[in-house]
Amino acid sequence: MQRLLMKGNEAIAEAAIKAGCRHFFGYPITPQNEVCAYMSRRMPQVEGVFLQAESEIAAISMVLGASAAGARAMTSSSSPGISLKTEGLSYIAGSDLPALIVNVQRGGPGLGTIQPAQSDYNQATKAPGHGDLRLLVFAPSTVQEMVDCVFETFDLTEKYRMPGMLLCDGLLGQMMEPVIFPEVEVTPSEKPWALTGHGDKRQPNIITSLNLDPELSQSANLARFERYAEIEKTQARAESLMTEDADIVVVAYGACARIARSAVSAARAEGIKAGMLRPITVWPFPTQQILAAGKSAKALLAVEMSMGQMVHDVRTAVQFKKPVHFFGRTGGVVPTPNEVLEQLKIIDGGLKA
Amino acid sequence: MTNFSAIFAGFGGQGVLFMGKVTAYVGLLLGKEVSWMPSYGPEMRGGTANCSVCISDTPIGSPVVTEPDALVAMNLPSYDKFLHSVKPGGLLIYDDSMFKPAASRDDIRAFALPATALASEEGLGGIANMIMLGRTLKEAGLAGLEIIEQAIEKSVPSSKPGMIEHNLRALKLGMN
Repeated sequence: MQRLLMKGNEAIAEAAIKAGCRHFFGYPITPQNEVCAYMSRRMPQVEGVFLQAESEIAAISMVLGASAAGARAMTSSSSPGISLKTEGLSYIAGSDLPALIVNVQRGGPGLGTIQPAQSDYNQATKAPGHGDLRLLVFAPSTVQEMVDCVFETFDLTEKYRMPGMLLCDGLLGQMMEPVIFPEVEVTPSEKPWALTGHGDKRQPNIITSLNLDPELSQSANLARFERYAEIEKTQARAESLMTEDADIVVVAYGACARIARSAVSAARAEGIKAGMLRPITVWPFPTQQILAAGKSAKALLAVEMSMGQMVHDVRTAVQFKKPVHFFGRTGGVVPTPNEVLEQLKIIDGGLKA
Repeated sequence: MTNFSAIFAGFGGQGVLFMGKVTAYVGLLLGKEVSWMPSYGPEMRGGTANCSVCISDTPIGSPVVTEPDALVAMNLPSYDKFLHSVKPGGLLIYDDSMFKPAASRDDIRAFALPATALASEEGLGGIANMIMLGRTLKEAGLAGLEIIEQAIEKSVPSSKPGMIEHNLRALKLGMN
C-alpha cells in the first residue's frame, strides 16, 4: 500500500469518499477550506454531490435531508461555523440520524483567529446543541488517525443512529504527513428507517425531531440515552504511553498530544518519570483508562489549547483523589514541548520536595 | 541521519512552502516519518511565509519546529526572526542577493548564496528557491540526487509538468 503525503484536511475528504460518502455540503471557512476544495474536485469524479450552501445552517440542514434519505452525508467547518451548525446538529440528534461533522478548530471566542485551538471541547462534548443529546466525538492526533477515524465515525454513527464529530484543529488540518488509505470494501448498513419511497409496499417512514407529547418525547430521550450508555461502556478509546511506572501522567488529545509526547520523551531523558494518556474519543470520555493510568501516578497534568476544558473531565475521572494540574495556551497559540517540559519539571520538583 | 528539522522562510511567492514540500517528499521516499507544517494566515505575495519540516525515524511530536537543524532564509525579516533558533552546529543558508544581514553566529555553519540574482542570470527567474534547496540538501546530506529528483517530480503539480526540468536545473545549480 502506498504512503501518500497529504494535508490533514485533504486526507479527511479522501477518506470520506473512500468510506462511501457521496454527499458533502459545506461552506468555506479557514482553516478547513481544503476539505471543501478537495470535495469540489473529487465528488464529481465519483458521481457524488458537492454543494457549497448559502450558509452553515443550510449546509447542515442539507446533511439532515440527505441522511434521512439514507445517504452517508457530511459537512465540515471551523469553530464559528460549527456554532451556526448546532441548530441542525440538535435536529439530526433528535431525528436519530447518522451524520459526520468535521470541526477544524480555530481560536475564539467570536470570529477570533484562524490559528489552531481546542477551545470547542466543551461545546462538542457537553452542549453540541439544545436539548438532551450527545455527539460521538473522535479527536485524532495524526493525519493517519484522521483517516481511520472518518471510517470509524461513519460506521458508528450509522450503528447508533446519531451524529458524530471529528474534533480536529488548524494544526492537524494544515499539516502534511504520510498516510495510507485502508483498502476496504464499504458495505453500507441497512437503513430500513430511511425515506426512500414506500411504493405502497410498506408503511411510510416518518423522520422528525418534533414530539409534542411529553410522554412520547421523554421515551424517545430515554431510548436515546440507553444507546448513549452502551456507547460509554463500549466505545471509549485512549492510547497509553509509558504510564505504567509514571509519577506524572500527562493527559492530552489531538494536536496537543503530539506536543505532550515530545515533552514526555524529553522529561524521561532527564530522569523524570512522565507518561501520557491520550484520549482518542472525548465523548465518550475514556474515564476508566484515565483512572487506571493515574492509579500509580502522584499527579496528572492536562495540556490543552484552551483555558482548561478537558481538565475537568480528567479531575472527575480520577475522582478528585489526585492533583490534576493544567497547562494551556489559548487564542490560537500552540504550546511548545519545552513549555510542557517546564511544567513537568515544576510538578516533579514539587513531588520530590 | 536519525532526525532532521528545518525552517524555510521568506516572502510569500518565493516558494518557501514548495522547498519544504520537496524536502518532506525526500523524507517520504527514504521511508521515514515526515511532517510539513505551513505558517498559515492572511499571507499573500509580499507577506511573510514559512514552513517547518521534520524527518525522523520515530513518530513526530510537534510539527512546529522551534529549534531547527537547518534554516533557509530568503529575506531579512525571516533571517532576523529565526537566526537565533538554529541549533548550535546547525545549518544556515541565506540569499545574500536579497539582503545583507547585520547579525551573525559563529556556532553554526552559515552559507550565503546569491540565489535570486543567479536565477535571473540563468533564465530561471522565480525559482531561486530551488537553487537554495539544492545547496541545503547537499550540505544536510539527506539523500542522493536520484531521490531528490523523484521528490521534485512528486511535488510539481501535474498541471505544470514543464516545471520539473526547470526545477532540476536550478537544484543542480545550487548543488554545484
